[in-house]
Amino acid sequence: MTPLISLAGVEKYYGDYHALRDLTLEIGAGEFFSLLGPSGCGKTTLLRTIAGFETPSSGSLRIDGRDMTGVPANRRPTNMVFQSYAIFPHLSVAENVGFGLRRAAGSRAEKMKKVEEALEMVGLSGFGKRAAHALSGGQRQRVALARALILKPKVLLLDEPMSALDKKLREQMQGELRRLQRQVGITFILVTHDQEEALIMSDRIAVMFDGRIAQLDTPQRLYRAPVNRQVAEFIGMMNFLPGELRREDGRFVASIRGLGTIPLPEEQVPTGAGPGPAQFGLRPESLSVVFGSEALPTGCFSDGTVAERAYYGDMTYYDIALSDGAAPITCSMRNLVSRPVLERGTKVRLAWEPGALCIFPG
Amino acid sequence: MRGLRIYTLLYLAFLYLPIVLLPIFAFNDSTVIAFPLAGFTTQWFTELADIPALHAAVLTSLKIALVTAAVSTLLGICAARAAARYRFPAKGGIMGLVMLPLVLPEIIVAVSLLVVFLQLGLQLSALTVILGHVLICTPFCIAILNGAFQSLDNALEEAAVDLGETGWGAFRLVILPLVMPGIVASMLIAFTISMDEFIIAFFLSGTEATLPVYLWGQLRFPQRLPAVMALGTILVAASVILLTIAELARRRGVRKRGDTDTGGFL
Repeated sequence: MTPLISLAGVEKYYGDYHALRDLTLEIGAGEFFSLLGPSGCGKTTLLRTIAGFETPSSGSLRIDGRDMTGVPANRRPTNMVFQSYAIFPHLSVAENVGFGLRRAAGSRAEKMKKVEEALEMVGLSGFGKRAAHALSGGQRQRVALARALILKPKVLLLDEPMSALDKKLREQMQGELRRLQRQVGITFILVTHDQEEALIMSDRIAVMFDGRIAQLDTPQRLYRAPVNRQVAEFIGMMNFLPGELRREDGRFVASIRGLGTIPLPEEQVPTGAGPGPAQFGLRPESLSVVFGSEALPTGCFSDGTVAERAYYGDMTYYDIALSDGAAPITCSMRNLVSRPVLERGTKVRLAWEPGALCIFPG
Repeated sequence: MRGLRIYTLLYLAFLYLPIVLLPIFAFNDSTVIAFPLAGFTTQWFTELADIPALHAAVLTSLKIALVTAAVSTLLGICAARAAARYRFPAKGGIMGLVMLPLVLPEIIVAVSLLVVFLQLGLQLSALTVILGHVLICTPFCIAILNGAFQSLDNALEEAAVDLGETGWGAFRLVILPLVMPGIVASMLIAFTISMDEFIIAFFLSGTEATLPVYLWGQLRFPQRLPAVMALGTILVAASVILLTIAELARRRGVRKRGDTDTGGFL
């Protein structure tokens, strides 16, 4: 991968506040890259640094091989979709979309054609003459996208573009944005605090906490193998079970409160982890509730009781109290017609996949 | 409820009855300003046309008001933009001090300015009146323009820069059109204040009398009083028209941005 954007040792201070801490990162051409983290983690600051609205306190930023030090925002090959969309309210839709072309070469007719093409790309053909302030939230986002893409930037920066939309529209726009990115082949960098959105859309995700990148990985790796408990807690749902990592006859063995003792294959143990106390993570879908005469899946088993259940339509989430009195474990089951939704107090067996265990030493 | 309604009516009467008397006596065919009315005439208005000193005063006032409106609005734009866009040390204190002339007694401002100008060796003229008027008008301009600038999303300017404009281009193409109604309103209000202002003009105008100063001088001659009433009528009408235009401009701006009206200066 040839990096389109590379950051080396980027730091940003606001007075005493350390917003970005030693960020080193490469983003490839044509990649859909997400910056994910809670508010205040520095993701927006990083995006604005790439756009040229913030100057790093130290470190270097290169875009397409060019050092961006001292290059102002209006001369960078980046365009941005703002969180508020920043549609110019005194201009029409076409004037908004064509704003970036006013300094470009070409006749008026050519520019009009480009504007029409950009509007068509975002599904707003024929909206050109409308007043910008009369648009709906979804339409504003499309105008912002068309306006940013019309200049054919090397990088499109998106600052929480979906946060102002309601759930249905957000899901629809996520799909459209992903398709649009494949169609234009431009590098997209998305800032979001919505982990589901990041997982759905991205090729790679950088999870940020306190100005640092905690983990940079593909969505699947991030979900399956979070590097620490903070990342694991931020992405998806996970049960954390206290226990101990031991070595017996040269092999790793996990002793987990409530689930018992099982041998672990070497590759599942994080490098550098030694024997000692540890937290064991299991996602709800890696556990299943076995009731009555249902066939037993392969894996490990424990006996328990349904302590609580939450019915979601497609899924039911059970909190299973294990017989040894440990904290209940959350487990999700797909609701099949042939499978009853269990009542509280039902005695069940809990089956789980040892291969899905995440191990966090300490 | 009833008591409140009566109170409101009395209050409005107190505010506007004196002003209503102005046109009544301006059209009254008598040099005595008293009821009963003597009859209808427009002679006091025609008389106005034959007083060269009055014309000079009107011209001086217009000149002062125009320059004051331009300068104080320009200063207001700078201050309002700084307040909306930048963070700087002691911002609250500085903005408070800038707005202070709004509540300072004008007589104090006038006397202080007189002392300063005399110390500086400045000749009293239209220029010194302009300086004084800019001082008292700027807070009003800032108050109006603050509203216009604060309601703008900072991302608008960044979006324009992001799309290739320079800082000045972004200001000219995006910010200026959006705050233009505020600028118009600010200039109109500064103009009106300067036109009507008496105390500062009285202290600082030297030999170049402004219209209010000229009017005050005329009050010593009882036979001129009806003509003064006529002039006052014209001034009130002009003020009302100007302020109405200012408010309409502000409302149009609110509509243009698609905002909801949160009440303006008027």
